[in-house]
Amino acid sequence: METLMAYVVGILFASAIYMMLRRSIVKLVIGLIILSNAANLLIFAAAGMTRGAPPLIPEGATAPLGPIADPLPQALILTAIVIAFGVLAFAVVLIHRAYEVVGNDDLDQMKDTDT
Amino acid sequence: MSPEVVLPILIPLLAGALTLAFWRSQRYQRWITLFASFALLAAGLWLLDSTREHGYVVMQMGNWPAPFGITVIADLLSAIMIVLTGIIGLAIAIYSMVATPDRHERFGYYPLMHLLLAGVSGSFLSGDIFNLFVWFEVMLLASFALLTLGGERSQMEGAIKYVTLNLFSSAIFLSAIGLLYGMVGTLNMADIGYKLSQVEHTGMVNVVALMFMISFGIKAAAFPLFFWLPASYHTPLIAVSALFAGLLTKVGVYALYRVFTLMFTGDVSYTHDILLWAAALTMLTGVLGAAAQFEFRRILSFHIISQIGYMLLGLALYTPLAIIGGVFYIMHHIIVKTNLFLVSGVVYRLLGSYDLKKLGGVYKHRPGLAVLFLVPALSLAGLPPLSGFFAKFIIIRAGIEVEAWVVTAVALLVGLLTLYSMIKIWAEVFWKPVPEGTDTSALTGKEKDPQMWIMLLPLVGLTLCTLFIGLNGQPIYELASDAAGQLMNPAGYIEAVLGVSP
Repeated sequence: METLMAYVVGILFASAIYMMLRRSIVKLVIGLIILSNAANLLIFAAAGMTRGAPPLIPEGATAPLGPIADPLPQALILTAIVIAFGVLAFAVVLIHRAYEVVGNDDLDQMKDTDT
Repeated sequence: MSPEVVLPILIPLLAGALTLAFWRSQRYQRWITLFASFALLAAGLWLLDSTREHGYVVMQMGNWPAPFGITVIADLLSAIMIVLTGIIGLAIAIYSMVATPDRHERFGYYPLMHLLLAGVSGSFLSGDIFNLFVWFEVMLLASFALLTLGGERSQMEGAIKYVTLNLFSSAIFLSAIGLLYGMVGTLNMADIGYKLSQVEHTGMVNVVALMFMISFGIKAAAFPLFFWLPASYHTPLIAVSALFAGLLTKVGVYALYRVFTLMFTGDVSYTHDILLWAAALTMLTGVLGAAAQFEFRRILSFHIISQIGYMLLGLALYTPLAIIGGVFYIMHHIIVKTNLFLVSGVVYRLLGSYDLKKLGGVYKHRPGLAVLFLVPALSLAGLPPLSGFFAKFIIIRAGIEVEAWVVTAVALLVGLLTLYSMIKIWAEVFWKPVPEGTDTSALTGKEKDPQMWIMLLPLVGLTLCTLFIGLNGQPIYELASDAAGQLMNPAGYIEAVLGVSP
């Protein structure tokens, strides 16, 4: 499972970078979406995956018995998803507005502010 | 309980909520902003006083003991940064009272400013690496909105580059946190530092260290990842530019200082060597970029980059004296840079342009304003007895002590070229006569501007701060020295958080 995830994360990162290097701003945002998902999956994979062992403490005990799945990475991913969602909503509005102002979705036409 | 350590986060958050509640009344928003900035500065001074007394001020959220809960901690460096945030926040609040156009105020300028300050303060006080990420994002979202407020073409184009690179940096930061958690199983920065000092340094630790370096390097605008800064910093309102110039990149520098003194100190010859060359190239490219520019704000933007190089140099040399120099440099730079941006805003109000070719004659008609430019400009270039001289002197001396001749030579050369840029601005904007066909009614005072004194107030205050740092070099040096002493002794930080000595 870990090996599979490693490949998935690698492919996601590669495709995100590829999309971000395209000239269209829509593809740029698609790249950003994939990038944030790749980072989330990376946390999930790097923190270790335990199958079928929910982090529950049985009645009467003060600590879980045996190995359990670590709940913390999932909390981190949840937070990161929420943040990424907000940021990407902003990015979508931004490219829409930029398209309206510039009249083009080509990054090569947006060089006014470069020197 | 030590409430002073969370007040710098709570005050801007509360002020942001209050300004939102008074959405329709811009007058109330302005007064709330002014009051909250005073409160933030006061809380910062209280925190500084408290850290000077106790060394570290720690608070565990919800009373969960570290490393399980979220830690909020202030050491001297954090406290210094919070005080500087308060000073800049106050200066911008006063300046914004008259300089912000109505349509910006109606679209939530003040709430966003408070959110930004909350994010900045949170980043300085966080003792938890994931929490640091969250505060970074709070700060970034507010800065995105402030940057695009107004919706002009140049702002949109600048914002696309700014947003893309900063989100890319956040993704790297998040991945690095994930990998680090997989290795050490904790998110508390002190605990990470403790665990990394116990294990043998492996290649994987260096990989994660470099991921942090790249991520914070993008945010700090270090070579070669700085190009979002000159593309975007000259586009928004001048008060926003000044706020960003003073604080945002310095959050990246602060994060680098924190991470590379507390966590990744096991393989200094590798990590800090990369930082050293990055610092030298950052200084050089920044100052050369500025030399090629002919627009007031763009020159200043490129000089942010070159100055970031000095701060990184202090960290990269990694001797006690160099860290002192770096901390001193941060203190000096935040004040001076904001001041220079505000001067460019006042000049724009007088002459209606940022283009050096279209400006002139300010010295003849407004000698006071010329002095307000000259003090921070010469301080930036490092002329004695101003604050920049001591900052540069300490860092260059630290460079000579470890015999890092090349970077020391670069640092000296960059100081000279900074002087060249500042003299260029002085000659074009202040010295030469007003170009033909420029509307000079505001400059010569024919058209009275009754609110001008409010705009000049923060300039005078920041100039006095620069003079104060310059003329009181010794106490400021001792403060920086204490902060650097804490940074060079991560065991104290770890003990303050975890209660055990490694």
